[in-house]
Amino acid sequence: MSNEKIQAELDQYNASVEKAVAKFPLRGNVPEKGLYTPLDIDMTPEAYADKIGFPGVYPFTRGVQPTMYRGRFWTMRMYAGFSTAKASNERYRYLIANGGTGLSCAFDLPTQIGYDSDDPISEGEVGKVGVAIDSLADMQILFDKIDLGKVSTSMTINAPASVLLCMYIAVAEKQGVSMDKLRGTIQNDILKEYAARGTYIFPPRPSMRLITNIFEFCSKNVPLWNTISISGYHIREAGSTASQEIAFTIADGIAYVDAAIKAGMDVDAFAGRLSFFWNAHNNVLEEVAKFRASRRVWAKVMKERFGAKKAKSMMLRVHTQTAGSMLTAQQPNNNIVRVALQTAAAVMGGTQSLHTNSKDEALALPTTESVTIALRTQQIVAEESGLADVIDPLAGSYYVEAMTDRIEKEAWEYIKKIDDLGGAVAAIEKGYIQKEIQDSAYKWQMDVEAKKRIIVGVNKYQVEEEPPKGLLKVDASVGIEQSKRLADLKAGKTVPDYVAVGMTEGRNNDDVKAALAELKTAAQDENENLMPHILKAVKTYATLGEICNTLRDVFGLYEAHVSL
Amino acid sequence: MDKIKVLVAKPGLDGHDRGAKVVARALRDAGFEVVYTGLRQTPEQIAAAAAEEDVDVVAMSLLSGAHPHLFPAVVKLVREKGMKDALIIGGGVIPDGDIPALKEAGVSEVFTPGTPTGDIVEYIKAHVKK
Repeated sequence: MSNEKIQAELDQYNASVEKAVAKFPLRGNVPEKGLYTPLDIDMTPEAYADKIGFPGVYPFTRGVQPTMYRGRFWTMRMYAGFSTAKASNERYRYLIANGGTGLSCAFDLPTQIGYDSDDPISEGEVGKVGVAIDSLADMQILFDKIDLGKVSTSMTINAPASVLLCMYIAVAEKQGVSMDKLRGTIQNDILKEYAARGTYIFPPRPSMRLITNIFEFCSKNVPLWNTISISGYHIREAGSTASQEIAFTIADGIAYVDAAIKAGMDVDAFAGRLSFFWNAHNNVLEEVAKFRASRRVWAKVMKERFGAKKAKSMMLRVHTQTAGSMLTAQQPNNNIVRVALQTAAAVMGGTQSLHTNSKDEALALPTTESVTIALRTQQIVAEESGLADVIDPLAGSYYVEAMTDRIEKEAWEYIKKIDDLGGAVAAIEKGYIQKEIQDSAYKWQMDVEAKKRIIVGVNKYQVEEEPPKGLLKVDASVGIEQSKRLADLKAGKTVPDYVAVGMTEGRNNDDVKAALAELKTAAQDENENLMPHILKAVKTYATLGEICNTLRDVFGLYEAHVSL
Repeated sequence: MDKIKVLVAKPGLDGHDRGAKVVARALRDAGFEVVYTGLRQTPEQIAAAAAEEDVDVVAMSLLSGAHPHLFPAVVKLVREKGMKDALIIGGGVIPDGDIPALKEAGVSEVFTPGTPTGDIVEYIKAHVKK
């Protein structure tokens, strides 16, 4: 059928439904057109080769691996961590025993912002949103009886990522695993902390230096480690649209690549270890299109803008988490269904690993039972649904291809705008990215309140319900116990919990002092890579807070740009 | 009557401010004067800002689980500044079971996920002392 013939028949169709369409109730967030046809996409053989192509081949629209899930499913990586290192270690071992295939560590807020558990600012927060890690000793407990030579571990840590990575390397060394064998990821994405997530410490310049130091150190010493997870997840959680999620994140990615190249690195020496982190939101088909578009945009950025030569440097490898902000506190069992659909989107979008949220997370950290359902959701999608059977199954859908093109176009427009503002760092400092996200968040909320956007159980189909029972609660005693252990550690005493994982002698405070002094001197020299110095300090059992305070003295603190 | 003045505050280390910013903007659109503290405020800083700005309402947002400690700490310090009439409310990821203790500590109302911003506006209008 020629395009003219399709157009004629489409006109006929549109005329036939015109009257009915005019009477439809108004629904927000529904595409203007209800029917997509070959006219919405360019599917000539040339366009196919250029835009879509084959999996594992530039521009990677269909996926980064040639065979995707045919040989192996995505990594089922459940984000977990709460309370003490001991409690979290038990949860990790439970997840591994139940078929989880990778670890993902959640740290509490003091850890994420580089404060010790006994710092006054940490009061009330210790062990709440993740596990409290003060020193290498806690890290030894966290990974006790877990073979770091076998498991891959993702750590959601940003401003102090260098310190936690060094602790991980040191634990592995104690297990007899050398750092060149270690597999995993640190989030290490400071720009989205300024823009959307809030766990920043230092100003942009020294923060970018730390990140570049990690790229360089790992390219030589920890070659299998993903040195950054450039994250759109939190940008989306803060309220952005799908297009903004990938656009702002890829703009951040451009800033990191720029910084590393400016520091003298060859793009192909580090780009293959850059990874990404997407949100799997509610609109299944839009999400699939987003994943596909993001791969195409990044591939072009790396090839055309940065002149990367290796295919690996151009691949957008992605971890995904289902959208936490879409979980409802109302009728929490409904969240199981939402997560299943979001999982379907991530899988049809071609994710490399996935965390599925639990039904009770709009209210608290998840219980073991709800985490198990979330993990089983992935296993059902993998083993039963057929969604993982063929590669990029929605390719060729008129609607999905048109939406992939639309999201790509919107992303390029934003990237251009950010380039004009001087890049992602400047755009964040000017508050541009924050404002765009806030505007989208506000629009979303107003649409929900006007019922232009329906959230089942929240603004439609509401019921009276009893407050849910059996939520996980982290006791305030966790902070007190952790601070006690920390006081003994800092005093050079032995601590029974630490002796149990092999720290049989108290720390030597002279060694700690010397290592921190050396770190300070190194921090003052911009040309020095800080990683070896941090590793040395960590091995003396200098605490996270001591190390970060040393760096705070030299680097200063980030002052946030606040606007409404 | 003067505009109702609200301090929207983020106590503690929590970086999730989507809700705080959406509420702040909704309150502003409802005709209130709104001051937003930004992230990572200690209870002392929030109380000082409340006094300095002479607000009628302190609206705290917290998603980290530190509310049992931080909300009462803010109430206590705000009252110590002599602001006995200031309306103090909170919101965020707060399990129902924690709410009675927060109210007992002087948090007038707690708004949980899914609350329309209009409900917060109405609550403030009905309960503010001005």
